[in-house]
Amino acid sequence: MKAILSVLVENRAGVLARTAGLFARRGFNIASLAVGETHDPSVSRMTIVVEGDAPLIEQVSKQLNKQIDVIKVKTLDSELSTRRELALIKVNANPKARGEIFDIASIMKASIVDMSPATVTIETCDRPERVDLLLSMVEPYGVAELARTGMIALEKGGEAIQLPE
Amino acid sequence: MEETGKPHSAQASRKKGAVPVSGADAMTESLRQEGVDTVFGIPGAAIAPFYDSLSRSGIRHILTRTEQGAGHAANGYARIKGRPGVCIATSGPGATNLFTALATAYSDSIPLVAITGQVDSGLLGRDVFQEVDTTGAAEPFTKYTYLVKSAGEIGRVFREAFHIASTGRMGPVLIDVPVDVQREMAAFRRPSAVAIRGYKPKTEGHPLQIRKVAQAIGRAKRPVLCCGGGILLSDARQEVLRLCEAVSMPVVTTLMGIGSVPPDHPLHLGMVGISGHRRANYAVEHSDLLIIVGARVGDRAIAAEKEPGEGRTVVHIDIDTAEIGKNLGTAIPIVGDAARVLCQLADIGPSGSWPDWLEELRRLPGQTAAPGADGPYVRPDAFVAMLCGKLPDDGIYIADVGQNQIWSARNYSGRGRFLTTGGMGTMGYSIPAALGAKLAAPDKTVVAACGDGAFQMTMNELASIRQHGAPVKLVVFRNRTLGLVREIQHVDYGAAGFAVDLTGSPDIGRIAAAYDIPHGRASGLAQAEALVEEMLGGDGPYILELDIDPEEMTV
Repeated sequence: MKAILSVLVENRAGVLARTAGLFARRGFNIASLAVGETHDPSVSRMTIVVEGDAPLIEQVSKQLNKQIDVIKVKTLDSELSTRRELALIKVNANPKARGEIFDIASIMKASIVDMSPATVTIETCDRPERVDLLLSMVEPYGVAELARTGMIALEKGGEAIQLPE
Repeated sequence: MEETGKPHSAQASRKKGAVPVSGADAMTESLRQEGVDTVFGIPGAAIAPFYDSLSRSGIRHILTRTEQGAGHAANGYARIKGRPGVCIATSGPGATNLFTALATAYSDSIPLVAITGQVDSGLLGRDVFQEVDTTGAAEPFTKYTYLVKSAGEIGRVFREAFHIASTGRMGPVLIDVPVDVQREMAAFRRPSAVAIRGYKPKTEGHPLQIRKVAQAIGRAKRPVLCCGGGILLSDARQEVLRLCEAVSMPVVTTLMGIGSVPPDHPLHLGMVGISGHRRANYAVEHSDLLIIVGARVGDRAIAAEKEPGEGRTVVHIDIDTAEIGKNLGTAIPIVGDAARVLCQLADIGPSGSWPDWLEELRRLPGQTAAPGADGPYVRPDAFVAMLCGKLPDDGIYIADVGQNQIWSARNYSGRGRFLTTGGMGTMGYSIPAALGAKLAAPDKTVVAACGDGAFQMTMNELASIRQHGAPVKLVVFRNRTLGLVREIQHVDYGAAGFAVDLTGSPDIGRIAAAYDIPHGRASGLAQAEALVEEMLGGDGPYILELDIDPEEMTV
């Protein structure tokens, strides 16, 4: 089981190290972690995808909450959230294969952002499982390099996580 | 960790009318405003400006012989005073020597504020002399750490550090201050209130959950209350008695919870755990309602042998949400302060009746020291029982780690405080902790019990005991071996003992003489009793050496 934790933290040095250390120390597995500033510059949002069963997810959430620098932790329901991940995929593409790769990119609503005589670079911003699908479609051509940001997510609808005080 | 912001200019400070003071003076002033009158530490180059300020402050500085000693002494001091102990070290090795004491305080939830010097902030990360990433390294075993980057932040940082250390689940907070920040001039501002949006510990239990517990008590046939160290940290001893006596609920304690209930109370069944009392473990094992208060359900205390729903309801009351359900399935979790929640529960006036259960428990044999011949060794169980009988009601007993801890915990029957490190199990804790406890309560008798292994780990603090006039009574269980390890080797590996022989150890009598501390040595209980009288009768420090049979086991 994978859970999405949306964690609002104080935007200051050391918070990322402290949080990552917590996962390592307690043997929690991070599937992905994405951090960035929010509209309030004093607050950062970490979107952490964790693998584990329900009691483990609860323990992760409690341990995060216990951190002084963690302001709020919310477990997001993947069905009720808008989830996105950005990926850049450099695919080996000789001139003959290019057309097929362009087709795959276009069907997957991805774009070609760079090319060379032997490669094309695809950019996609999509749900993580669609990024996986795109990746599996281009893998037969040979992936030269891959960079993924990790998932970010927000709840659908008008609800927003309220900061205390 | 928090790294504080960029320095405020002296110009800006003057505009607001505040007189700039050095960072070091701001640190001292912060301590004074927190009501700190005693600190423990060792100076060094990177903490020199602070020590210079401290020398003019009127705050008593207790020089220990290692930084670890300073940390444990602050720990003993904090546990007796009921507020954060302060320990100080310089950068690099000073800080790393302190770490064992910080980890000890962390696992036992003891409030400490540790202040460390750091190299010049402009040189951070360059691996200069005596530089170590103190905050980074201490992070896993501190409640919070600060790396102060500007003197203007000191007032707020210290205010927050004392607040964080002493509220919620207590623990050590480390403040790392680069030497240039200690010298920097800035206005001193101490906020009147602490506002940390990510830290709002709950003290009040949820009324609905508390009502559920009262209902569970009403349904229970075999309830038991298990008290942990949280009872002492939250000073909930009265509340425990009030609840237990109201419904005649049997009560057990963990190692850290010893002293939660008077030892001779008819409802008290003793200590749980692998080294605990049979009666107490029986009660937990056969209970249908287990109410755990202020305990983290450590692996050595309560085995998670039953899954929830297997005929036992577990109620877990703790200030730390993360402890609830971590090691044991819990039906009714309550987050809050032990004293407050027990009071809320007693206020509802739960009722229940379980005469058969009380009768069943009453029939179980209690703990009695096994009879045996007197000499040529002192029987440790009988000794601890005898010693406790002679301690004043408000006496403080500090047990070290090893066989002596188990003998002490199992036979302790004092009415005062029992201190030990249950979480970390740090050998050598008792001598410096006794120094701190004695300085916190000069009028009380403080006895520290340790083995000859632990004694040699921190016996350098005998000098601190001498220097600062802390007449601690030290009992050394001398069996010339690392007894508990030897026991593990024997029981688990069928081995005769490897690397546990303490041959080469000094003559403890001559060590005592070297420190000008009176010494007595007993090779039988009757002799030990006479020496205990002598030890407790005098005003000064004392080292009582007991000849213990190396074959003596705890099991």
